[in-house]
Amino acid sequence: MSEIAVAQVAEAMYDLVKSTHGKKNLKPMDLTKAMIEQFGEGCDKQICKQAIRELIDSGRCIYSYVGGSYITLPPTATA
Amino acid sequence: MSEKKYETPLLDELEKGPWPSFIREIKQEAERPMVRDLLGVLERSYEEHIGHWKHGGLVGVMGYGGGVIGRYSDLPEEFPDVSEFHTFRVNQPAGWFYTSGALRDLCDIWDKHGSGLTNMHGSTGDIVFLGGKTTSIEPVFADLTEKGWDLGGSGSDMRTPSCCAGPARCEWANYDTLNACHEITQAYQDELHRPAFPYKFKLKFAGCPNDCVASVARADMSIIGTWKDEIQIDQEQVRAYAARGMDIEREIVELCPCDCISWDGQAMEIADGECVKCMHCINHMPKALRPGKERGAAILIGAKAPIVGGALLSSVFVPFLEMTPPYSDLRELIEAIWDFWGEHGKNRERVGEFIQRVGLGKFLEQIGLDPVPEMIAHPRSNPYIFFDDEIVAGAEA
Ligand code: SF4
Ligand code: SF4
Repeated sequence: MSEIAVAQVAEAMYDLVKSTHGKKNLKPMDLTKAMIEQFGEGCDKQICKQAIRELIDSGRCIYSYVGGSYITLPPTATA
Repeated sequence: MSEKKYETPLLDELEKGPWPSFIREIKQEAERPMVRDLLGVLERSYEEHIGHWKHGGLVGVMGYGGGVIGRYSDLPEEFPDVSEFHTFRVNQPAGWFYTSGALRDLCDIWDKHGSGLTNMHGSTGDIVFLGGKTTSIEPVFADLTEKGWDLGGSGSDMRTPSCCAGPARCEWANYDTLNACHEITQAYQDELHRPAFPYKFKLKFAGCPNDCVASVARADMSIIGTWKDEIQIDQEQVRAYAARGMDIEREIVELCPCDCISWDGQAMEIADGECVKCMHCINHMPKALRPGKERGAAILIGAKAPIVGGALLSSVFVPFLEMTPPYSDLRELIEAIWDFWGEHGKNRERVGEFIQRVGLGKFLEQIGLDPVPEMIAHPRSNPYIFFDDEIVAGAEA
């Protein structure tokens, strides 16, 4: 299988964060594992790291701290 | 803004006596409403024996997941000026060396945006700014970065690495702790600012086994300077210590934990093969004894303070590693550990606890290290290492 585009993984991660918002806190590794499962061998830890960077740097997601560090939606996106 | 000045009879007690007092220091800034409310809420905590802070939440600078710790008062109506009282961690320079100009810059930034209160330094090593509002976070960061500073770590990331003064001030440094700390910090900026681990990961660099940064008690990875060859002995200086009244037999020979020093009144001998590098003899006779010439570091893994489970001290992982830039071996080891623990560690599980859970043998196998005798903390303790069948068969043949 060919390599998946970072943007595609970022989009899928965003959907997952959105769908679990308020129900389950997701850590970067939770997202990474979910993406590798979803996209198969074309997706790896490095692509997921870049996808997380894209989500955070664009402001679509932020880090939160609740006893550990999680990736979540910014308050404006959930208002 | 609150104009109220609180009575603080309990806090006042902490100003008594000749020792430094954080209350005395805080009161020097008490013309600020935020600091007055801080004293008020602190007095309340002493009266009620409970803390009035909640921490965590969504505070941070754009792009970073660490460096700012959200702190809120649970009594915001009574103490409005500390309703938000966030902490900033600023990455300290290696070995905590500052120019007076750099310290002035830091104080000016914090006077302008925050409470003016600092903690130099936090237990991880960072410069700590105490008490800022949410609106101050980005402006503080902008001013810090303009002056060449950056935030440190917090949350589930690589925490700001720290090191002892090393060769800058200390003749016992077995490697350049300052350079190693700086290089590793620079190499892992992503891991410092973008939390991606199960929990925190602390690196501390000590130049010798005196371990002035207390890494064996606090760091997930301790990089402790050591040597491979013989302790350097200047026999003339040994005799000079004796001539000045040192009882070498009692103070040095008998206190060597390995019983590997002998002294016949004229010459000192050390059976270096038995020495565990405890530094006792070198500390007591600095003019006569020095670490050997073949220098590097021992890597220890797994210390932590007793927050979730009990306290752990770190144990030897790699007995000797050369410590020359660009520290490729060290980096390879760090990355192998992060990869395995990062994927399989449970939430809030430090790497030492993770090793206890999965077993040392499995951990070593996964990160590609062979077991060595130095990994055994106590003789006859079971290191849970099982030898492969072909090795056992080979030994029996
Ligand atoms: S740890 Fe060793 S090298 Fe570093 S400052 Fe202390 S005594 Fe010196
Ligand atoms: S460093 Fe410690 S163990 Fe080694 S010879 Fe000196 S006292 Fe003995």
